[in-house]
Amino acid sequence: MKSLAMKQMEKNPRSQKCDPSTSSGQALGHPNYFAIFLVMTVCAAGFTSTSLPAQQNKPWEKIPIPRLHEFKPHQPTRIELKNGIVLFLQEDHELPFVTGSVLIPGGSREEDPAKAGFISLYGQAWRTSGTAKLDGDALDDLLEAKAAHIETSGDEDSTSMEWDSLTGDADQVFSLALELLLHPKFRAEKLELAQQHDATVIVRRNDDEEEIAGRESAKLVYGVSSPYTRQPELATIGAVTVDDLEAWHDRTIGGKLIVGVCGDFDPVAMEAKLRAAFEGLPPVKAAPARHDLFAGPKPGAYFIDKEDVNQSNVEIVGLGTDRHNPDVPALAVMNEILGGGFASRLFQKVRTELGLAYAVGGGMSFAYDHPAEFRVGVLTKSASTVDATRAALAEINGLTTRPFTQVEVDRAKDNILNSFLFRYDTREKVLNERELLEFYGYPADYLESYKAALEKVTLADVTAVAKKYIHSEKLAVLVVGNGPEIKPSLEELKLGPVQPIDITIPRPGTPPGEQGPAEKRP
Amino acid sequence: MQRKISSPFRKGALTLLAVAIAFAIAQAARAQDLKSFEQRTTTKVLPNGLTLIICERPEAPVFSYSTFVDAGDVNDPSGESGLAHMFEHLAFKGTSEIGTTDYAAEKIALAKVEAANDAYEAEFLKTVGRDPQKLAELKQKFKDAQDEAHRFVIPNQFTDVAERNGAEGLNAETGLDDTMFFWSMPENRLELWAWLESSRLADTVPREFYKERDVVIEERRMRTDSNPEGRLFEQFVATAYVAHNYGRSGIGWPSEVSQINATEAMEFHKKYYVGSNIVVAVVGDVKASEAMPVLEKYFSRVPAGPKPEEMTTVEPKQFAEKTVAIGEATQPIYLEGYHRPSYRDPDDAVYDAISDIMSNGRVSRLYRSLVRDQQIAAESGGFSPYPGDKYPSLFVFFGVPLPGHTPAEMRDAIHKEIEKLKTADVSDAELQMYKTRTRADLLRGLADNQGLANDLAEYQTRYGDWRELFLQLERVDKVTKADIRRVANQVFVTSNRTEAWIETEAPATTAGKDGGAQ
Repeated sequence: MKSLAMKQMEKNPRSQKCDPSTSSGQALGHPNYFAIFLVMTVCAAGFTSTSLPAQQNKPWEKIPIPRLHEFKPHQPTRIELKNGIVLFLQEDHELPFVTGSVLIPGGSREEDPAKAGFISLYGQAWRTSGTAKLDGDALDDLLEAKAAHIETSGDEDSTSMEWDSLTGDADQVFSLALELLLHPKFRAEKLELAQQHDATVIVRRNDDEEEIAGRESAKLVYGVSSPYTRQPELATIGAVTVDDLEAWHDRTIGGKLIVGVCGDFDPVAMEAKLRAAFEGLPPVKAAPARHDLFAGPKPGAYFIDKEDVNQSNVEIVGLGTDRHNPDVPALAVMNEILGGGFASRLFQKVRTELGLAYAVGGGMSFAYDHPAEFRVGVLTKSASTVDATRAALAEINGLTTRPFTQVEVDRAKDNILNSFLFRYDTREKVLNERELLEFYGYPADYLESYKAALEKVTLADVTAVAKKYIHSEKLAVLVVGNGPEIKPSLEELKLGPVQPIDITIPRPGTPPGEQGPAEKRP
Repeated sequence: MQRKISSPFRKGALTLLAVAIAFAIAQAARAQDLKSFEQRTTTKVLPNGLTLIICERPEAPVFSYSTFVDAGDVNDPSGESGLAHMFEHLAFKGTSEIGTTDYAAEKIALAKVEAANDAYEAEFLKTVGRDPQKLAELKQKFKDAQDEAHRFVIPNQFTDVAERNGAEGLNAETGLDDTMFFWSMPENRLELWAWLESSRLADTVPREFYKERDVVIEERRMRTDSNPEGRLFEQFVATAYVAHNYGRSGIGWPSEVSQINATEAMEFHKKYYVGSNIVVAVVGDVKASEAMPVLEKYFSRVPAGPKPEEMTTVEPKQFAEKTVAIGEATQPIYLEGYHRPSYRDPDDAVYDAISDIMSNGRVSRLYRSLVRDQQIAAESGGFSPYPGDKYPSLFVFFGVPLPGHTPAEMRDAIHKEIEKLKTADVSDAELQMYKTRTRADLLRGLADNQGLANDLAEYQTRYGDWRELFLQLERVDKVTKADIRRVANQVFVTSNRTEAWIETEAPATTAGKDGGAQ
């Protein structure tokens, strides 16, 4: 079900045409404390056709599939300024809107651990504070009267500003956005509002079991004090000051900005305007390289008891990989076979054959600049927790023990390649992709070479990557559910003693629990 | 295969898109006005009553479709709540041609499954003299019959063919009012899609029904039983309604959805999945002149049948305030709802204006009052119609308290803001903002094949003409300050209100919530 917060997000749509985002992370600038973790319509496949007699008549195979209409995705114009700032211009005149964005390196993984949650506060207070000339409330009035938006947000590795308006208001809205970008005035009362909002997020974070399962399983993979998973607490968000917001802004605004505009504009005039705005800024400072360690989870079974549910959330997690890895195309095909669609092994077995879950799926994820997670999730009634977990583990193990068939590999490749078009079927998607590639330093033709590599993946490749990356003995199994209802008990999984995880929310005045590096602060 | 009903905060697309396009006519004479849409949109009603709509939008070599069936869980017969949704799941299980190795033999086996289920159920439902041993035997026979039928199944072949051919966003939604099936595909698969979609509408086979029923019950556990918001909303509407089916659990009460059988699902199909009750819209890189004959050929296979009769139940006027307080281990939330008329009411746009002014963004009255100034809520807003739009529904307000604040504070603060609506006019700026934002927000949606297909099909069904998207916009433009005050005074009165909230309690000892009251 959609949450209150998500409704609020819908009511306040940001640039829908061009909405560059840095990763699939949630937009922290928006209230999002009921984040839904598992995709509802997950699909995975199982498959049993070897024992079946051949199907005699396949009428769908007789339906002609003509040649696809000629199509070349429309690439944005890329301009690199002398100071290192990069501009992308993507014209699209179908509708009378102009949208824009600025992507700024530096996000929550760089924040002070003693102030975990800083980036979310920053993302909110930047926009709601406004500028010296126009405070945030006045900016709201001005923009909303024009059905225009300027929003700021913070993410794991970046912060960003986005704006959108009708064509007729585009010049004015751009000026306002630029003023907010370069000359914000952070205000204590708006920081306080953001702190109250995020305090609400914190005290509610154990209300929904899917949210608990997603969050705690990520902590198992990366560690509780990892920059990727450390958790904001009432004390850490309370420690953030207006000075902190200003210092962060002054530092990050000098980074390599990526500016994108999309929509109904004249390209010559737009280029001139962007140059005038950004060419005068000092040369960009490169972000320092990161040296994170990724050990992966401590294997075993973990449990979080939640008395008010009748369904268990099972998360089976390990370390994934990043997109620089040349094995990614073969891993993507393996993912599709494991949990990618209705025909995938997980879906066919756990949902269709056993009827044990509505939501089941998963696979190995790929991030752009650090290892993402391996994650398989199943939601099943309390009593079938062990059965469903075993079934999911068996499918994961099966990747190395049950040989792939050519039919499976062909199907997985068809699934991916025949819908590949939907990665660039709008100009907005093409622009967003280019901005991401620029941000993470990938070549502009990454998607094309990725597609070419996918086409070449063979059964032997998939078998090889499964053997290389699937080690179920290295995985952690987390169950969030109703302890007394889970029968047989989780001990039956034979993964060693089941380790309880304490998710009690520390209240100010009590020492923060497992804060790791945060404890260096008095 | 989601349930629309479970997203109470989803704004019905109905009124909004209309508004967008109306303003488009006035202000942005490009690809978005009625004339342009009339040139690009072709409609055809087939002899079986099914309506086809094709809208040409050749931006990229893809298309999206929406099959809109004018039947949802509001149509579930008494004692069979959740049936429409259950049937929606069945529509992914294949046909007599797809998903089976030998349909003739499978058909016989499926009839045996039904007979075995009937026998088991008859014993199970006995209140006097149920024989546990006989029940166990019948259960085993039922399982054996399912195993026998399963021998002929090629699991998920229908969706497999779609996905191998590039289907993107393949899914369906069952709401209280209607059921939608949809996906997007490369344009060269149009004929294949027409075969698949028309096959599953015309030739549904109740395959693997009972395992799918277990899947649906898991869906209920996820969305309702194990989710405090889900539990709150189910109790809220069940309390607000005394007669109309809107008050009934859409995904189904556990005792009912767990007893639905395949025969009932197929009867639902026979009655509601007839041509006159279905609209299919296609938007994207398709030429109507070439595509319409193809669609006509395939969709003519859908059986003809009379448009099912409309429901006679009308929710009687509420005459006293009602409240539901739920003790939970989770943090508090406050809701209140007021009965309002259906989407056909001349004041439909007035309700949209009220929810926009009260809750759209940081300029809204509820944000500025409860969140910014009083600092008692993290969020507050209002929306309608809920839980459906076809029949008289509710206008809902909500508040999410900050730590240390209570549902009662939300209620009092929301009531103060409602009182202002009743006693003073909204400002010119607020009213104009509603009209401008509605236009712009919805214009944005026009560049989306799937969204457009859904809206064209929905408007064609609800108004009998997709052009109403444009034509009803006049109503938005005509909303006045006096309308808002009048409607607020009519509707937001104590005797028309249902309040529901979660109060935080220490965790109680666990009682199984699975079966509900048993």
